[in-house]
Amino acid sequence: MTDTPLLSVVGLTRRYGAHLACGDVSFDLWPGEVMGIVGESGSGKTTLLRCIAGQLAPEAGRVMFDTRADGPRDVLRMSEPERRMLSRTDWAFVHQHARDGLRMGVSAGGNVGERLMAVGARNYATIRRSAEDWLTRVEIDPARIDDRPTTFSGGMQQRLQIARNLVTGPRLVFMDEPTGGLDVSVQARLLDLLRGLVRDMGLSAIIVTHDLAVVRLLADRLMVMKAGRVVEAGLTDQVLDDPQDAYTQLLVSSVLQV
Amino acid sequence: MTGTVQQADYNFAYLDEQTKRMIRRALLKALAVPGYQVPFASREMPMPYGWGTGGVQVTASVLTPQDRLKVIDQGADDTTNAVSIRRFFEATAGVATTTRTAEATVIQTRHRIPETPLRDDQILVYQVPIPEPLRFLEPRESETRKMHALQEYGLMHVKLYEDIARHGHIATSYAYPVKVEGHYVMDPSPIPKFDNPKLSDCPAIQLFGAGREQRIYALPPHTKVVSLDFEDHPFEASRADHPCSLCGATDTYLDEVITDDAGGRMFICSDTDHCEARRARGHRGKDAA
Repeated sequence: MTDTPLLSVVGLTRRYGAHLACGDVSFDLWPGEVMGIVGESGSGKTTLLRCIAGQLAPEAGRVMFDTRADGPRDVLRMSEPERRMLSRTDWAFVHQHARDGLRMGVSAGGNVGERLMAVGARNYATIRRSAEDWLTRVEIDPARIDDRPTTFSGGMQQRLQIARNLVTGPRLVFMDEPTGGLDVSVQARLLDLLRGLVRDMGLSAIIVTHDLAVVRLLADRLMVMKAGRVVEAGLTDQVLDDPQDAYTQLLVSSVLQV
Repeated sequence: MTGTVQQADYNFAYLDEQTKRMIRRALLKALAVPGYQVPFASREMPMPYGWGTGGVQVTASVLTPQDRLKVIDQGADDTTNAVSIRRFFEATAGVATTTRTAEATVIQTRHRIPETPLRDDQILVYQVPIPEPLRFLEPRESETRKMHALQEYGLMHVKLYEDIARHGHIATSYAYPVKVEGHYVMDPSPIPKFDNPKLSDCPAIQLFGAGREQRIYALPPHTKVVSLDFEDHPFEASRADHPCSLCGATDTYLDEVITDDAGGRMFICSDTDHCEARRARGHRGKDAA
């Protein structure tokens, strides 16, 4: 491992009026590491993720990203063109609802190819080949490359969204409840796929979820949030097996055992 | 400004001088930033949207009493839209009109560029229904403006990709997106892609007016205009593979005309002035009377 974290968040704070959405959050994310953020609904997980990904402006704090060209830079102080460039090359954002992350009126191949074309790919055959390759990697039949996502099942749409995001080889992936709204068997398959991709590509990822099983499987480290504050952080197994904070204990004990 | 033949109740060319001034300011800005869509306060015109209200306002603003106006609709001088707009300016501006491309100083057009090459003392005014090339790909105006400003045009190629994926070739045949001077992607109005090469390096001034959408954009003379394409699917200016039935031309854009209910059809030049001029010079096609 290098001695520079890929992403370093310092004192991030965001309020909605008087309400504190996330307060004074700091953490480092190292290359190849997967960080899980768990907490109940309204605890500020998604706000935190959107602040880090540059979709929301926080009131205070820094988000230092180790860029390929210039080393660590504060994402929040970058110009908008730079940040947008970053978000379609080195970053990827997987939405909870595939509909938010896909273009529903465009074929699966076009969806996967969009990021390639956005960074200047102008050869149809090459774009098509990588689209086919990526559909295969996310276990979608390449014969369906010209079908629209509207004809896909929920699990396929989610996998297509992942393919679309990973095609440019990003280094950091943000995932907002990637398995939300999917039934358990589809969830399991998606998690399996994600785990494989994260390990193969050496991706760093931040996964926001309320599903402890997801972080158990995917995340190396875990942050537990409650009412906008980080109440506990540590290695995933450590936090889940030996929770120290009262809220974490409650969270872990509320998981249904079948 | 008062002409002798114009109707006394209207200012020259219908619009009041302050409105023309506002539109000319928008035109100057548009010429300074080729391909950029300049917002302007489009006025209600005495004709419905879709009949060329944008083009009419631009024409009214650039017209001088000495001008000679030509109006074409899909290449023809004698269709409803062309006739009514020509009459409109005859009545309100009292300017001379013509159907000959070479004699006109201002040409308002809907969906075609004349076949006769334009000169540097001519102005071509386009009627534009939808000025935003990204409109059907990205519905948010705030987002498309950002995409233009930051030159994020990957989405435009997604549209062409979809064409090839579905039809095996780029099936977009009109309103084919172009890149202006290496920056703005522009909708050249619904001209056939056959006309796209004529946009580039044209000696005439080209002005685009969209009345309902309240946008003006422009190409100053000799602007570099490139049609978007893929390396392995290059742009092709296509036309129907026939000679003109009336004048025999093989290098013009053709209209297909159904002549009976038994599959009879003929292909004729869409530019009526060009076709007539060729026939006057003695060129004959197979169906010429």
